[in-house]
Amino acid sequence: MAAHTQPGRPNQLFRNLNSKIASIPMMLTAVVIFLGGTIWTVVYSFTNSKLLPRLSFVGLEQYERLWDTPRWIVSIQNLATYGCLSLIFSLTIGFLLAALMDQKIRFENTFRTIFLYPFALSFIVTGLVWQWILNPEFGVQSVVRSLGWTSFTFDPLYNSDIVIYGILIAALWQGTGLVMCLMLAGLRGIDEDIWKAARVDGIPMWKTYLFIIIPMMRPVFVTTLVIIASGIVRIYDLVVAQTSGGPGIASDVPAKYVYDYMFFAQNLGQGFAASTMMLLAVAIIIVPWAYLEFGGRKRG
Amino acid sequence: MNIRSMAAVLAATVMLPLGAAHATDLEVTHWWTSGGEAAAVAELAKAFNATGNKWVDGAIAGSGGTARPIMISRITGGDPMSATQFNHGRQAEELVQAGLMRDFTDLAKKEGWDKIVRPAGLLKSCTFEGKIYCVPLNIHSWQWLWLSNDAFKKAGVAVPKNWDEYVAAAPALEKAGIVPLAVGGQAWQSTGLFAVLTVAIGGKDIYQKVYGDKDAKVAAGPEMAKVFKAADDARKMSKGTNVQDWNQATNMVITGKAGGQIMGDWAQGEFQLAGKKAGVDYTCLPGLGVNEVISTAGDAFYFPVLKDAAKTKAQEALASTLLDAKTQVAFNLKKGSLPVRGDVDLAAANDCMKKGLEILAKGNVVTSTDQLITQDTQKQLEDLMSQFFANTSITAEEAQKRFVAIFSKAG
Repeated sequence: MAAHTQPGRPNQLFRNLNSKIASIPMMLTAVVIFLGGTIWTVVYSFTNSKLLPRLSFVGLEQYERLWDTPRWIVSIQNLATYGCLSLIFSLTIGFLLAALMDQKIRFENTFRTIFLYPFALSFIVTGLVWQWILNPEFGVQSVVRSLGWTSFTFDPLYNSDIVIYGILIAALWQGTGLVMCLMLAGLRGIDEDIWKAARVDGIPMWKTYLFIIIPMMRPVFVTTLVIIASGIVRIYDLVVAQTSGGPGIASDVPAKYVYDYMFFAQNLGQGFAASTMMLLAVAIIIVPWAYLEFGGRKRG
Repeated sequence: MNIRSMAAVLAATVMLPLGAAHATDLEVTHWWTSGGEAAAVAELAKAFNATGNKWVDGAIAGSGGTARPIMISRITGGDPMSATQFNHGRQAEELVQAGLMRDFTDLAKKEGWDKIVRPAGLLKSCTFEGKIYCVPLNIHSWQWLWLSNDAFKKAGVAVPKNWDEYVAAAPALEKAGIVPLAVGGQAWQSTGLFAVLTVAIGGKDIYQKVYGDKDAKVAAGPEMAKVFKAADDARKMSKGTNVQDWNQATNMVITGKAGGQIMGDWAQGEFQLAGKKAGVDYTCLPGLGVNEVISTAGDAFYFPVLKDAAKTKAQEALASTLLDAKTQVAFNLKKGSLPVRGDVDLAAANDCMKKGLEILAKGNVVTSTDQLITQDTQKQLEDLMSQFFANTSITAEEAQKRFVAIFSKAG
């Protein structure tokens, strides 16, 4: 959206003036709302604001309390588990599905629609559907039991130790279709001649994928990674729909902690401190990556 | 639809608001949406409409936890409703401090609220710096144990008369395939249950010292350790409940799938709705049959400051209506709660309500947790209790330590 500027040119300010003027509203939105809101939140996270924002600073008190709170620790652990597994599985499954679809199979359109279809559902609907499927009274467990395996137990949403995997299943079901489509687009972007050359050289198919195609698909992987990662950090509605953070606080996630403390507990300062920590976590991951990705290119 | 009828429809839509304009519309928000609750609200609306104004119902579904953030953001965001429900106490504290709520001191003096509202603590929690900011409407108490007579008959044990007998009867219930104690998964339920245990097992003084004075020493003391022991029992007894909402848990007691439930007197509405009779089908034990004490929580109406003069005037009419003796009786009978006026006749009340009235008359009351602790502390307690009830690997001692930590920092 922003105009292309090339550093080092004296008259660069007036190049593409029209497009620069056209992008002013968007830039203002970005600066005032995103940046302004972020700074406001960070500043107020150092206050003891309760229901209404108040500028009475208490230093790091909110952060000390945050890291003393078992629920916050649980939510961070959950996010880490969920994040790692969701990243690994959605990339692997997504790529495998895309590679299988790429074998010039019949009814490809039908399969693609089926795999992508869950993505059309909101997280709330996905959550409710999977809440029913995983419910021991009338979901998978009762079906298997009615088939004769009466001791079969499968109740991830009611077991504190594995509840986060129950949420992961639903998230994968919803999200892998999109990953598959992105990957498929990437695969289709690979020149047919590469395949021919690899075949002439007698390289087995899996090796071609692993050592030639995947490195060539780097931009697609980066895009996918950003999409998945942003989905991981903001996970909230799926948890609310499936378990509302339960049993107890076993499936809590940072976004839910923020929301609960800002609106239910009427403690804005605590909610802001938690959301600032979320921002920090994202920054720690994003900044070095963005530096490598974009900073390096500029120099080269 | 031709053009003429279209014009007629248009004219009608324009005319309607004009025609209704002489009566002032007041939008009232609340979270009473279950069957019995809606019937009770209808009584309020009827009484208010009789004053020549119009009650515009703004019910928000999904209980107080969902409704309060919506109400608060409307008030702080500059789009206030004309009147809104909150629980007595500290939920609206900061809105009052910020000057967003209307001061009703003059009306209260004129109508002598301080003489009719009982217990006096209710009006006190509406008071901030000597001024009255809300109208108490009803009294709900948390300290009730509801028992299914059928479930105990099936298990072959007598219906217990107090907490200890109940705990002793738990194995027999379990053997009969009955969940001894139904506790819904929502965090406020286990938290409320714990406060009830504190009053019943620990006693009035301990409760007041911990929740009221935030005395960390008492919270760490041996009396509270006993309460945590009882909570541990309750946790074991509640295993296998697997429902979320309080009324689903109540329903387990109604159908005899669970032995009992510790829940506020609003549960009574569910028993009534199911056609069950107090004393015959179910038993109620105030204060768990140990300490017959009830807390005086409940609902109050707050009135945001409005610019519109006509609406401001109508707010006064609504405030008077809410405390009117007739409204109090009509509303509370439907709601299952106790009236805030001591001078009204509740002959139609059932056995359990009468028990409550008796305790109230004796003055065996404690201040409710809503009045004593902030929403922030409440949320922290909810986090602790919901985890404690869901996760048996947390011992009672560990939970008590965290409980003490919360109160040593509570404001």
